[in-house]
Amino acid sequence: MSGSVLFDAPGPKARRLSIILSVVVGLLLLVGLYFLYSILAAPRTAAGGLKLPGMFDPSRWNIFSDPEVWTFIGSGVVGTLRAAGAAAVLALVIGVIFSLLRTAKTAWIRIPTTVVLEFIRGMPVLLMMLFILLAFSSGSYLAVVLALGLYNGAIIGEALRAGLASLPRGQREAGLSLGMRELQSKMLIEFPQAFRQMLPIIVAQLVVLLKDTSLGFIVGYFELLRSTMNNLASFYGSRYLFSLFAVTLIIYLAMNLSLSWVARWLSKRTDSARRGEAAGKDVPVDPGLAIAQASITARQQGEGGV
Amino acid sequence: MDVIIDNLPRYLSGFGMTLQLLVIAAIGALIIGTFIAAMRISPVASLRGFATVYTELVRNTPLTLVLFFCAVVVPYLGVRTDFATLATIGLTVYTSPFIAEALRSGINGVPIGQAEAARSLGLGFGQTIGTVVLPQAFRMVIPPLINVIIALTKNTSVAGGFFVAELFTIGKELANANGNAVVAVLLGVATFYLIITIPLGILAARLEKKWVVTR
Repeated sequence: MSGSVLFDAPGPKARRLSIILSVVVGLLLLVGLYFLYSILAAPRTAAGGLKLPGMFDPSRWNIFSDPEVWTFIGSGVVGTLRAAGAAAVLALVIGVIFSLLRTAKTAWIRIPTTVVLEFIRGMPVLLMMLFILLAFSSGSYLAVVLALGLYNGAIIGEALRAGLASLPRGQREAGLSLGMRELQSKMLIEFPQAFRQMLPIIVAQLVVLLKDTSLGFIVGYFELLRSTMNNLASFYGSRYLFSLFAVTLIIYLAMNLSLSWVARWLSKRTDSARRGEAAGKDVPVDPGLAIAQASITARQQGEGGV
Repeated sequence: MDVIIDNLPRYLSGFGMTLQLLVIAAIGALIIGTFIAAMRISPVASLRGFATVYTELVRNTPLTLVLFFCAVVVPYLGVRTDFATLATIGLTVYTSPFIAEALRSGINGVPIGQAEAARSLGLGFGQTIGTVVLPQAFRMVIPPLINVIIALTKNTSVAGGFFVAELFTIGKELANANGNAVVAVLLGVATFYLIITIPLGILAARLEKKWVVTR
């Protein structure tokens, strides 16, 4: 729903009021930002009466002119991407397997799978990492990849299941009536459609996965956060703590925002591919939410349809 | 099994800390999230812009980084409070955009005709939102909100990595102390998390089934 339906098309008076309010609020926000900036930039006195320069003083940022620092940060980024890439592939594979098992005809496959899925989804990823790390003494890389793959696989599996359920029943019936076996119809007819429909949600979940690689920091995996905030910060001293944090934040934001942007683009593309059937539908921003909504629509179709 | 029974008091103290983080952060995030959602649908452009930027930035920042900021950078900048408070603030801030998004998508989920009908009856912005859109959005919003709270429950474990003695920390310490019973210790920790998350999940599914409106 576009906001404009909620209020009248503003007349000249209301428009003026809205512009004035907008400017006032904008100015207030700018003042707030400046206030924050000036607090950070102000020189501070340490416990011993020592004067320290403000957070934006060049002496707190000079390490970034050293290419070695960037190489080291780069190795951290590689660590993050390596874990995220491997975990993403694993999560997709596990997701497909889970959704197949979860929609199986035989109850003694379906029900244990449901229990396992609930167990995995109800547990913190961090705990899973620790579990794999300690119980299998697997090393931190494997712990991060396996835990992220398993957890996100469970969620992607659920998304795919919702996608399968929301397909028109005729798709499967047509497949079966052409003489395909259950699995054939599932893999050749239903899955490609479900996957395509759920692609934006899956990519959004991959953004979550990328973000969660930072949990590797806690279990001792060498990724971006560890390379900057642990190694570089202790090497160059706490004077650079703030600037290193700012740089780390910017790198993370750049990675995540660009992946989010891909998710949005995909969702727009699939929407228009469905010939405006869902025109104006909101982009899935939160995968969990989108899955819940998809399963609601699926249930509605199941009850109301055919 | 003996390990869990012997250390039950420690488990419970960790569980209490987890619950404390969860409840306070959930309430705080609900309040901030509601404000952000209200800003996002408001007629004032700069408020909308601020809310959008806030949502995008916070949602794309890893929780670990947020909590790192709270636990290490904030004290370095000269604020002195205990780590539990700092972690609660971090969790609140991190969760608030997700709450805002859940609320907003609930409002967006109300068919546009409802708002149009209200408007054509001559209701104002406040009346349209208050008497027509929100009551319908509410029931669509509760299940996703519960899902956000479930995610928050799991996220409290990250605070354990930053000097807060909650369930995850207890699990880590006990696992280090009882090297021969790591699996039992950690399964015990998992049970405590599942005690919160699974009933909430069932509740969300129930409400979803009960409240879904076939349109």
